Amino acid sequence: MTSIRLVNDELRPPGPPPRRHLISVADLRRDDVERLLDTARTFESALDREVKKLPTLKGRLVVNLFFESSTRTSSSFELAAKRLSADTLSIKAAGSSVDKGESLKDTALTLGAYDPDVIVIRHPQIGAPQLVARVTEAHVVNAGDGKHQHPTQALLDLYTIQQQLGRLEGLHVAIVGDVLHSRVARSLIQAFALVGMRCTLVGPPALLPRGMAAEMTTDIAAIQAADVVYVLRMQHERMEAGANYVPSLREYTARWGITPERLRAGQKVMHPGPMNRGVEIDPRVADSADALVEAQVRSGLVVRMAVLYDVLTGGPVGVEALAAAEVA
Amino acid sequence: MLWVRERPGANIVFRGARVLDPTEGIDATLDVRIDDGVISAIAESVDTNEHRVVDAAGLVLAPAFVDPHVHLRTPGREDEETIASGTAAAAAGGYCAIFAMPNTDPVLDSAATLGALAEAAERDADVPVGFLAAITRGQGGQELTEMAELADAGAAAFSDDGVPVVSAGLMRRALQYASITGRPLALHCEEPSLSRGGHVHEGSVAAELGFAGYPSVAESVMVERDLALAAYEEQGIHLLHLSAAESVAALRRARDAGIRATAEVTPHHLVLTDEAVRSLDSNVKMNPPLRAERDRLALLDALRDGTVEAIATDHAPHARHEKEVPFEDAPFGVTGLETAFAVLHTRLVRPGLLPLATLLERMSAGPARIFGLARPRVAVGAKADVVLLDLGREWQVREESFRSRSPNSWLLGETLAGEVALTLAGGAVVHER
Repeated sequence: MTSIRLVNDELRPPGPPPRRHLISVADLRRDDVERLLDTARTFESALDREVKKLPTLKGRLVVNLFFESSTRTSSSFELAAKRLSADTLSIKAAGSSVDKGESLKDTALTLGAYDPDVIVIRHPQIGAPQLVARVTEAHVVNAGDGKHQHPTQALLDLYTIQQQLGRLEGLHVAIVGDVLHSRVARSLIQAFALVGMRCTLVGPPALLPRGMAAEMTTDIAAIQAADVVYVLRMQHERMEAGANYVPSLREYTARWGITPERLRAGQKVMHPGPMNRGVEIDPRVADSADALVEAQVRSGLVVRMAVLYDVLTGGPVGVEALAAAEVA
Repeated sequence: MLWVRERPGANIVFRGARVLDPTEGIDATLDVRIDDGVISAIAESVDTNEHRVVDAAGLVLAPAFVDPHVHLRTPGREDEETIASGTAAAAAGGYCAIFAMPNTDPVLDSAATLGALAEAAERDADVPVGFLAAITRGQGGQELTEMAELADAGAAAFSDDGVPVVSAGLMRRALQYASITGRPLALHCEEPSLSRGGHVHEGSVAAELGFAGYPSVAESVMVERDLALAAYEEQGIHLLHLSAAESVAALRRARDAGIRATAEVTPHHLVLTDEAVRSLDSNVKMNPPLRAERDRLALLDALRDGTVEAIATDHAPHARHEKEVPFEDAPFGVTGLETAFAVLHTRLVRPGLLPLATLLERMSAGPARIFGLARPRVAVGAKADVVLLDLGREWQVREESFRSRSPNSWLLGETLAGEVALTLAGGAVVHER
């Protein structure tokens, strides 16, 4: 438990802390990120025990509200809540009242009537988590809103990089592919800046967002200079005839696909999943020891536990809850 | 042609007002008497003729405003605005005339629809209303409307506002045919293959937030096309709601070359930039979108030097539930009639960025010129179309105080300086605080 800093009573804020949300990496400060990663490490060591469940969030209700299909993010949030003994309620848009034309506001109000402690939301529209935060009393965690943000993905990636490379500050990451349509890239760019990492965006001209405040290049050779190559999923719907972001998937793969030949020995490769093997990433790269994809998934669980814990307990202020868990 | 319900002319005396009519060249403390809706005396001291006397000391009496671009949502969306509520909002904003866009349901594309609206306005309108008719049937961009008949029925001008006339060939035909009506075409300039799917100005804010970009060039290439066609056909055009620096530059070149082109700009494009979108508030979503600071400054320069001669609210009411959704799902458009003067006075005149006289001219004489309307003026013998402004008065924009049926203002909660104390439109008192 040494990694969690206790705060003196007199330094605690007066009254109950304001409702905490995790909606965008832009809302975080560097010390927030460090605290979350510390908490995740603490949980990781707890998960080594035979009985993996912690009573920390017993009696709390976590609602997972997913308006977009998702396997790893929804399962990871659900398992994170269960590992912390929270009650969970998982709602998918298909088969719910959303199918009957209910507005997001009304869905949120309805779920809000159950007094959930946390609403985890994934939605195809930018700003949906803010809307839920406005109309309910719950703490809101953004599990991906349109092309805007996916903050827990960025945090789990930082966690993975720190775990695998031993540090964050000063490292250089190249993000490769369809940056324009990627909420993962948007969250990562902010997260890397927050912890003092360098980031270069690499991709076809029309898939690099105009006006983005970042280093950008169309030259795939630029990945050579990076410590980590972060490969984005190439979404097939962007490649439909007539979209013309790139002439063809074949040409994309030839020009920007990540192959062993394009990598330096020992360069780490990450991917938020799901991968299109043979499109943005060569299967030999995906299966190599330098690919951190499974480590990313494992990090996802403990980082999401840390996020749920943090929004509910107010971080270090609520550290007694975790200490109690350790005793239990 | 304008329509309004009939009302008795006012008999009123304004005592000691600062009379400010930039076009007439008046800026002096004077009394003004109105007899039966007509200005009958302007002097240091006038007989009251036993009229009601309004103590206007410290207040500004100016020509009332004209809005060349309003959506009254009637017919079709009377839940969002009606002729009665929209003109009441206009009266409260200091307007003596407004022009309504034809993108209603059904679209105003026939003389029959226009006739019905004119009749409704004669029954319900607090402030004189003019109607623009569509350029193409159903605003479908395929066939021209019967412009000659529409003009005879009183259409003020022609516009497919809300959507562009995509085909250059059809635009040329529209220019040719509109020439026989003597009415201008009011053009919404947007190249849809460049703006498609865009919600926010393409720039650093859209890039960071992940919004599909609606680039400036989507507007300016269409402005350039339409100016070229107007020059070729030697016809006048009016450019609606300009937003981009490149559009302003194109307009300036065209006017210097003698092309008859006018343009308008909205309060929100003069005051806000795409930075406002960071709030993700659907009340800063409009078409064209809020652009970058350089665009805003170019619009302000053009307004100052007269390249852009009119301020238009593009008052676009939307039902609450349609705006209470994530940004990308929300419709484009914000209201503006009740806040236009106050926000521009607060954000541009008070900090010294725009002279008060220029603001008054661009809200009144400028837009009146565009559609060939007699300019509201403070002059003996003129119909009383005047507004009394309390520049020092601060007030908070609150949903409850709107006359408009829709609450989608980007200024909710803001405190503004400058209140419309009284409006006379067509000789009648239509608003008093």
